[in-house]
Amino acid sequence: MAHTPAIREVVLHVENQKGACGRRSFLRRGVFTLLGLSVAGRYGLKVAPASPVAPQARAKAVIQIWMWGGPSHLDTFDPKPQAGYDYTGPFSQVSRTNVEGIVIGELLTELAKHADKYSLIRSMTHGVNGHETASYLVQTGRMPGDRIVYPHFGAVITYFGTSRSGASSAGLIPPYIVLTEPQGRFSEAGFLGPRYKPFATGGDPARTPFAVEGIITPGTTEIQQRRRRELLLQMDTLRKQLGEDPQIRELIQAEEEAYDLILGESGKAFDPTQEPQEVRDAYGRNTFGQSCLVARRLIERGVRFITINYKGWDTHKDHFTIMRRKLPEFDRALASLVKDLAERGLLDSTIVLACGEFGRTPKVAWEAPWNGGRHHWGHVFSAFVAGGGFKGGCVVGESDDKGAYVKDRPVYPTDLIGTIYQLMGIEPTASLRHPQGFDVSLLPSKEEGTPTGGLLTEIIA
Amino acid sequence: MVARLGRTPKACIPTWNRNFASFYSGLARGILVGLLCVVGLPTGLGANPYELDGEPTPKNRIDHLIFSRLKKLGIQPAKPCSDAVFLRRVYLDLIGTLPTEQEARQFLADTTPDKREKLIDSLLTRPEFADYWTLHWGDVLRIKSEFPINLWPNAVQAYARWIRWAIAQNMPYDQFARTLLTSSGSNFRVPPVNFYRAVQDRSPQGLAGAVALTFLGTRISSWPSERVEQLAVFFSQVAYKSTGEWKEEIVIWDPIHTAAEGGKPLPEEAVLPDGTLVRLPPEKDPREVFADWLIRPENPWFTRVVVNRIWAWLLGRGLVHEPDDFREDNPPVHPDVLDYLAEELVSAGYDLRHIYRLIATSQTYQLSPIARSDPQQSAVFFGHYSLRRLEAEVLIDAINQITGSAEDYWSMIPEPYTIVPDWQRSIALADASITSTFLELFGRPPRDTGYFSERINRVTAGQRLHLLNSSHILRKIQQGPGLAFARQTTSPREAIERLYLRILSRYPTEEELAQARATAQGGFRRSADLTDLAWALINSSEFLFRH
Repeated sequence: MAHTPAIREVVLHVENQKGACGRRSFLRRGVFTLLGLSVAGRYGLKVAPASPVAPQARAKAVIQIWMWGGPSHLDTFDPKPQAGYDYTGPFSQVSRTNVEGIVIGELLTELAKHADKYSLIRSMTHGVNGHETASYLVQTGRMPGDRIVYPHFGAVITYFGTSRSGASSAGLIPPYIVLTEPQGRFSEAGFLGPRYKPFATGGDPARTPFAVEGIITPGTTEIQQRRRRELLLQMDTLRKQLGEDPQIRELIQAEEEAYDLILGESGKAFDPTQEPQEVRDAYGRNTFGQSCLVARRLIERGVRFITINYKGWDTHKDHFTIMRRKLPEFDRALASLVKDLAERGLLDSTIVLACGEFGRTPKVAWEAPWNGGRHHWGHVFSAFVAGGGFKGGCVVGESDDKGAYVKDRPVYPTDLIGTIYQLMGIEPTASLRHPQGFDVSLLPSKEEGTPTGGLLTEIIA
Repeated sequence: MVARLGRTPKACIPTWNRNFASFYSGLARGILVGLLCVVGLPTGLGANPYELDGEPTPKNRIDHLIFSRLKKLGIQPAKPCSDAVFLRRVYLDLIGTLPTEQEARQFLADTTPDKREKLIDSLLTRPEFADYWTLHWGDVLRIKSEFPINLWPNAVQAYARWIRWAIAQNMPYDQFARTLLTSSGSNFRVPPVNFYRAVQDRSPQGLAGAVALTFLGTRISSWPSERVEQLAVFFSQVAYKSTGEWKEEIVIWDPIHTAAEGGKPLPEEAVLPDGTLVRLPPEKDPREVFADWLIRPENPWFTRVVVNRIWAWLLGRGLVHEPDDFREDNPPVHPDVLDYLAEELVSAGYDLRHIYRLIATSQTYQLSPIARSDPQQSAVFFGHYSLRRLEAEVLIDAINQITGSAEDYWSMIPEPYTIVPDWQRSIALADASITSTFLELFGRPPRDTGYFSERINRVTAGQRLHLLNSSHILRKIQQGPGLAFARQTTSPREAIERLYLRILSRYPTEEELAQARATAQGGFRRSADLTDLAWALINSSEFLFRH
């Protein structure tokens, strides 16, 4: 975009104010209230290139960790130890990370060792407190209700990564995968149609074998699979009769692809037991941990978009008990994933995103029946981004003292999704063809009135 | 179907006058055609279980018209299909349901020469006939609770029940169309008003588009904008009002308000799609003016579009294809057949079952799936019966029938909850918004647009994985009570025969029997091997495709 000199000056000024990763406002608070020592000087502030468009693909793949139910931002990535017990509950401490000035929740001790590899957005906002609407909004960038069913950004990314003939970088493995259950009710494919639905694995990667629906059948050996296939070919009389029929040819082609997954090497991409024990242990021997491990294996095979549907964050009651169980599992798996991707040189080309549809009420509901619960909160929440062209060691935006509202730099779902499109080499201003014959812009246009805080240029490396 | 309706649809009580005269004339005609069709069927099985020896012979006017055309085109029609193929085909095509083992035995043992016609007549009155055609009309009319149609569950149930009721009563098609187009009232109590709610765009132009697609088989996106505006005039006084009841909506003719909103005087005349100028009397709902024009016997579009839809539903592609894409430059492949069926519909008093019967009793419909000329050309001109994958709902129902198992459908959102009892079949699901991985994987239409092409019956690798190897399907085959006999049998020959009848609706050939028995003696436990045989037959192309 060509700015006039005056405008460019303003842009530069704004960028400078935000500083590297737009972290300065955070630092002011960090410097004076938390750490008590000056670190501002250590940051060589660089100006992020002001290029809102012209995407070159920085990333090849996305792992979306979908924390369905809405995780508490205060207990994860936006702790408010100074807000007092009614806000922090028992988690009054924080974890200092390996990036000075950034602290995260006290239970996220592993993630604290790798803050240089990821950035945190602490000013996600949309103001919606209903699960379904917020889920739709956070994953499509739009509010429901204008009579177009928008696709999940994973379906859009898959759409742009699939050739006309249906070929993708993952070969026979589906290019868009959900571990392990689909979200239900929410149509990931939207108007793009069933071709862009994710493949849902089913099963549980923490159990052996990981029974990927249709691909791995516990109790059935490879010999039995081969015998059955032979039997099928023997007994299919109509196929023998009509082998040249276009429908039968399509069936045979689909069947060969299916058997390549069942019997061939491709199916092993889903199998976490192919990994050394210590790697499996590092990720954690639980469903989420092993899902992260399987996600890494699938990324290595060229899968373009993976959603890990990580449930259990809707903690209206006994929130802190549940967090004590859940956060260490989350911490360990996500830290291992980021570290592992980095060590394998894959983090540069893989975006890892973790967030839910909203945050949770900053003030703890101590009274019965909640007994220390947190409710839905869409006014401000946090998102975790790493890799694929996102800078590490940065914090975008800020919530207020209590973690209740955005204080600085609101980031709306559409801003995050648009930035991911850009890193994936998809022009955020591009559009999709609706089956009814009109164009739909990838991101909401100005006329739609969807609020935006702008793409996350401050954390694009 | 159980869905918590705010108020049960007492509104399903008929409010129109049934045209008895036309019903009986249709019936008489049907019987006459039935009798004409009893001309000696060849009975000897051919070289395969799918066709009979001998050449096809015309049975009714459809065949005379098509066979003479095929001859001119140099296409040799396929041989007549065997009884077993006919049995399975006509069950799947007319009632979306597999014949049971018992039904297959009875039909195959029957030696009366007109057994095919009798079967067609009996299927047309089965409850599943109403279920299955409610499913297809539900696709056309876009019945779903949610986004982007947003009928909501109560109205979905009321609307689907009304359509099912109309089909079960064999409501003449002109009455069906007129009622959908002209009703006013509550979406819960006067279910056909939902026609005007099940659209993505409620502007007069949007409504005109839905009407043109549904009843004229054309897409107004290909019309000049002037014609669209002309048609929209008839729907410019439709208004919607909410009430105090959750998601109740009244659809009414409201000339005063629409005129006030538009700031323009009410139109005194309008132009019909055929170009005729028509007066709009102030005391008459313009929708009625349009509907009365639409259903006139002289209107060539109305009848052709619906007989062509039925043709496409029974034979996989329309005489005009796609069946909702009638255009000057998309002519029918057999124009005289289209004309003939349209005339038949009018003279039978708009009795749609008469058309089903004419098509299903024709030799053209009863040809074998094995083409004897260039398969692509033969398919376009109906020189053989083309293979089509079973629709999602029909496929899972068939698997459940064979294995004695059921699906679990329910939905907590939107409210009120929809809970489907496990005895209800998938073809009877009213609401396209009910979540089902299987149905989505196998191409159930989202019902967003009403286009014929929304339903996708192609075979994909994902579908193949699911049928070959998913726990969902394997569990049914390995544990379903319907196949218990195959797991416990002491008489493999009998069990193999039963598996064939149950899954493929025919007896095994001697060769198949020998192969199956050899498999059973292959060193594994016999019971396990018959389960494998059941698996192989369910995964065979013969099971997967209408043929």
